[in-house]
Amino acid sequence: MRLWLIVLGIGAVTYAVRVAPILLLGRQGLPPLVVRALRYVPPAVLSAIVFPELVMRGGSPVLSLENPRLLAGLLAGLIAWRTRNVFLTLIVGMGALWGLTAAQG
Amino acid sequence: MTPDLRAEGEGPPIEGGETKATEILPIVGPRCEFLAGVRAELPLLPGVIPFGMIYGVLALEAGIPSGLALAMSSIVFAGSSQFAATQLIGAGASAAVVVATAFILNLRHSLYSFSLAPHLAPLSAPWKWLLSYLLTDEAYAVTAARYRQGESEGPLRHAHWFFLGAGLTLWASWQLSTAAGVFLGAQVPRDWSLDFTLPLTFIGLGVPTLRDRPTLLAALVGGTLAVVLAGLPYRLGLMVAAVAGILAGLWADRQRADVGMRD
Repeated sequence: MRLWLIVLGIGAVTYAVRVAPILLLGRQGLPPLVVRALRYVPPAVLSAIVFPELVMRGGSPVLSLENPRLLAGLLAGLIAWRTRNVFLTLIVGMGALWGLTAAQG
Repeated sequence: MTPDLRAEGEGPPIEGGETKATEILPIVGPRCEFLAGVRAELPLLPGVIPFGMIYGVLALEAGIPSGLALAMSSIVFAGSSQFAATQLIGAGASAAVVVATAFILNLRHSLYSFSLAPHLAPLSAPWKWLLSYLLTDEAYAVTAARYRQGESEGPLRHAHWFFLGAGLTLWASWQLSTAAGVFLGAQVPRDWSLDFTLPLTFIGLGVPTLRDRPTLLAALVGGTLAVVLAGLPYRLGLMVAAVAGILAGLWADRQRADVGMRD
């Protein structure tokens, strides 16, 4: 029951974010400060999720070559930068993680 | 509502696999716009279907019942926040933090909504409600390209059908692929490290948003602070870091504007 409420809550905020500008804005524009701030939402949020996933191992940061997730993540970042292809980024990143884990194992 | 059949025969045929939205030629009637939207979305599906399957697998691993995991795909219909919610629920985060994180993650959809609002302004309210529900990264990408095309070719009276075609194609693919993940879940070995597909997908979506110094600074501040604050309870560090990253980007933007004026 608690999980259902969480999912309904996520659904409600997600829909609100999507529908509000379309429904309320009409043809006029937004305050320029809001437009500028919105531009930084994707890089700030995505990296705040990604960095700990690459660096944190069992509760503390590991910034060394022995951290396969960090290396695989950096390689994936390079692929994403060069190709802008999410699927290729996924394939290369997973391949690198499996390869590095096997090499260390 | 009769599609303009004359327009359909004009121009070279559109090859499904290599179609870029910008290559779609003038299409006039609703049916043609709808089909063009479907075709424009097809090349994006290879990136979406495995993602949906992995979501289904991870949701079960996080202890979410299969019925709810499926329902989340239609109630929420936003891959990144479904992944994040799955991860946070598995980690025992509080309901408020899960919902707030999803909200922050999906703020980028308001960008898309703001950008499409002037084009959708003439539509009826039910159209606006429906298209808002279908407003994902992938549907936005091809629809925005279609509207940009309209700016050079004159008004596109039925381009909302293009949006509908792209959105429904993605919606159906997402529902089917998450269902496949939920039903195959138990057969996927744990040591495949499939949870790593979440950060990888976000790297794939995030790196192209790093276009200049302010966006790079926003990412560095957000990411670094999230590591420093990783010990905070309820994953509060994520939200603090994201807000700090946005402020850092705004600050760098302001610096640049000031320098520009002095020059």
